[in-house]
Amino acid sequence: MITITVNGNPHEFEASLSLAKLIVLNNIIQPDMVSVQLNGEFVYKADYETIELKDGDEVDFLYFMGGGQ
Amino acid sequence: MDFTEEQITRYSRHILLQDVGVEGQEKISNGKVLIVGVGGLGAPVAFYLAAAGVGTIGIIDGDVVDLSNLQRQIIHFTQDVNKPKVLSAKEKIHQLNPDVKVVTYPTLFVADNALDIIKDYDFIVDGTDNFPVKFLINDACVIAGKPFSHGGILRFDGQTLTYVPGAACYRCLFHSPPPPNAVPTCSQAGVLGAVAGMLGTIQAAEALKYLTGVGELLTNRLLSFNAKTMDFRTVGTRPSDKCPVCGSHPTVTQLIDYEQAVCDISNRKKH
Ligand SMILES: [Zn+2]
Repeated sequence: MITITVNGNPHEFEASLSLAKLIVLNNIIQPDMVSVQLNGEFVYKADYETIELKDGDEVDFLYFMGGGQ
Repeated sequence: MDFTEEQITRYSRHILLQDVGVEGQEKISNGKVLIVGVGGLGAPVAFYLAAAGVGTIGIIDGDVVDLSNLQRQIIHFTQDVNKPKVLSAKEKIHQLNPDVKVVTYPTLFVADNALDIIKDYDFIVDGTDNFPVKFLINDACVIAGKPFSHGGILRFDGQTLTYVPGAACYRCLFHSPPPPNAVPTCSQAGVLGAVAGMLGTIQAAEALKYLTGVGELLTNRLLSFNAKTMDFRTVGTRPSDKCPVCGSHPTVTQLIDYEQAVCDISNRKKH
């Protein structure tokens, strides 16, 4: 079992998984709408498939918010 | 600066604050803040900064007041429909506090005028409704070394981050604008009016904190909230070395006017 903190909430997973898989599991249908931070650092979209998440990783999905008027 | 008897009374609730006092109020009264977009976010920001007695408030907006704005843009009243927003806002600011000098720019904030406009201000507030200008404000402020408050709202959500030179900028978290139309803005998605007030008043507080030097700014932290659950959360971040504008090998070295989502443009032309 590994624990990954997603948007501040701990989640348990049977085994290590890619960041791309985590995005799918979180029902983020339009990945263009989010920016991803792994342990406080920006992640390029091109790296989503290759990044394997480890026990204790912290992932934050930051949503683009363009409104203001 | 010597305050008059009337000003001492007007600002007494600031002066009573131990962290602010007469000196802090002097800093506010000598402060110059630019508000980009006097809409849902810019309206509460303008009101609170005016009430606080910020010496100079610059407001830039090329739009006129539309009936659909009044649900949240509280500085504009029913009688102001079709009036330029900067004019409508200037009138209210002066009614609230005649001490404030208001500088109006009835135009769009673009790459060609951005640096020239921000150079006269101590702090800039992003109250815009689209990504091209949000990124432009960030880039201009990073390049010019100006602090600013980023703000974004959508439906029931809001997010904000304060930048000062050396801290994480908006691009450190959101490298580049999303593809046009990938992300709806308020004009297409709707927003609860009070959410604009919640976020705008946070931005106004940040501007006042910056001017007075009180407290800890919302730097290296993205604050986001959802008004449905009233959950507030701050996500820690740090300046990114690979940031396109403030990183060690910047690719953004001059200002860019990004393309606007097509539906945004059609919405603007309606006015
Ligand atoms: Zn940056």
